[in-house]
Amino acid sequence: MTIRKGFYVSIGNKILNFFSFFAGLARLGVQTLLLIPVRPYGARRVFEQASKIGIDSFPIVSLVSFFIGVILALQTAYIMQKMSSEIYIASIVAVSLTRELGPVITALIVAGRSGAGITAELGTMAVTEQVDALQTLGSHPVKYLVVPRFLSLTVMLPVLTVFANAIGIFGGYLIGVYRLSIRSSLYMNMTFQTLVYKDLYTGLIKTVFFGMIIAIVACFEGLTVKGGAEGVGKATTRSVVNTFILIIAADCFFTALFYFFLE
Amino acid sequence: MPMIELMDVSKNLGGKQVLDHMSLTVEEGETKVIIGRSGVGKSVTLKHIVRLMEPDGGQVRVQGRDVLALKGKDLSELHRQIGMVFQGGALFDSLTVGENVGFVLREQMSMKTVDIEQRVKESLALVGLYNVEEVMPADLSGGMRKRVALARAICTRPKIILYDEPTTGVDPITADAINLLIDELHDKLKVTSIVVTHDMRSAYKVADRIAMLYQGKIIAEGTPDEMRYAHNPYVHQFITGAAHGPITEGQSSIVKNSID
Repeated sequence: MTIRKGFYVSIGNKILNFFSFFAGLARLGVQTLLLIPVRPYGARRVFEQASKIGIDSFPIVSLVSFFIGVILALQTAYIMQKMSSEIYIASIVAVSLTRELGPVITALIVAGRSGAGITAELGTMAVTEQVDALQTLGSHPVKYLVVPRFLSLTVMLPVLTVFANAIGIFGGYLIGVYRLSIRSSLYMNMTFQTLVYKDLYTGLIKTVFFGMIIAIVACFEGLTVKGGAEGVGKATTRSVVNTFILIIAADCFFTALFYFFLE
Repeated sequence: MPMIELMDVSKNLGGKQVLDHMSLTVEEGETKVIIGRSGVGKSVTLKHIVRLMEPDGGQVRVQGRDVLALKGKDLSELHRQIGMVFQGGALFDSLTVGENVGFVLREQMSMKTVDIEQRVKESLALVGLYNVEEVMPADLSGGMRKRVALARAICTRPKIILYDEPTTGVDPITADAINLLIDELHDKLKVTSIVVTHDMRSAYKVADRIAMLYQGKIIAEGTPDEMRYAHNPYVHQFITGAAHGPITEGQSSIVKNSID
């Protein structure tokens, strides 16, 4: 009887935690949006974060996108060669990257790299009372810490995705032209004829929201850390896992939305 | 009118009644030391004064104004009137010592860079530090971190300074230097101070009055001499640092029961 009661209590606690997590995210998200237009704007901090998140993530995003382009071309070639339709590899690589893989892979890399970094940084600040110190010095922690990260992630993720798309397409191009002997001009034609503006902007719209998700989840987990170094470690893991799940869920939502309302 | 007043303040944290209808008054220009065992609610008391925490019940007044009623600019003004020195210093790791000390001036006040630099130099000089503006906090010793934290707290020339365990984690000589510094700042800046500590040497040295916090309440208060010779068995056990006595009696029986 006691075991069963304990089981129900633990299920109840998990459900409560689930809802309080989303309530916390919503509260932080609204607070962040309301504080964006409040002075001081802190442009220097936004640029610092943009450089940290955007420029520093560029090499790893480029490398992974290049490999994704190569893998996508090779895997597609496996089927297309059987149907003697290698020429469509260019179109498949371009559309898959711009609509889906470019945005999602870039978001996951940035979540793993910058999101984890933000949680660890803010978490350490929280447990060493630096966040409390900010408040006693008259600065709003959300304004000073969350707003610059939110703005830079929201702007830099689409920018990184544009580069990721281009580099991924280049990876596919190398396989198509040098391995499968498709003429360079034909590969380029097939890429750009298939791509329409909608492919680009639906992909990029998603990344704006992915950027917001990474910023809010990472900052929320960081600012609510409890329990010293161990707490920071746990929060960082939780931040990455939760961000990954929310990005995939948001991707599913937007794909369905665009499919039903923009097709 | 008292400078700081806590009236009937209660606070429950995670099911534990940390403050239980606690009342405390600090007069203008006074240095009041709050003593008590670790986890008894001393830091929680300080956090209520700067509104890092809000009480479940009761009232907190600073210069006669209800802290809980303050919003926006009024709250920022309160924060400018109060300097707080955190236990570990709480210096911002990503900023230099100079940027840490001049943080409020740069972020909150429209002061010229030259004036900010001048004020930072003066504040660092007041705590006995020179030419450290470009050093990062990670490169400082524990004692220097506390001094920088103190310089940051006094940079806006506050009327009140709150010290959270200022001598914890530093060697006895540095601890004594910090005590002297607290005394000097009190005389030079004419500030009202609250020092939270369990270091009785420090308490006797800096206090005008000492208050002891136990089980969420102030159980005794007096001048250092009155406390030194207090008949209250709880105060006596704490200030003599005895392992056995009324404070540890309950705990001993709990430990004994769990062993049995």
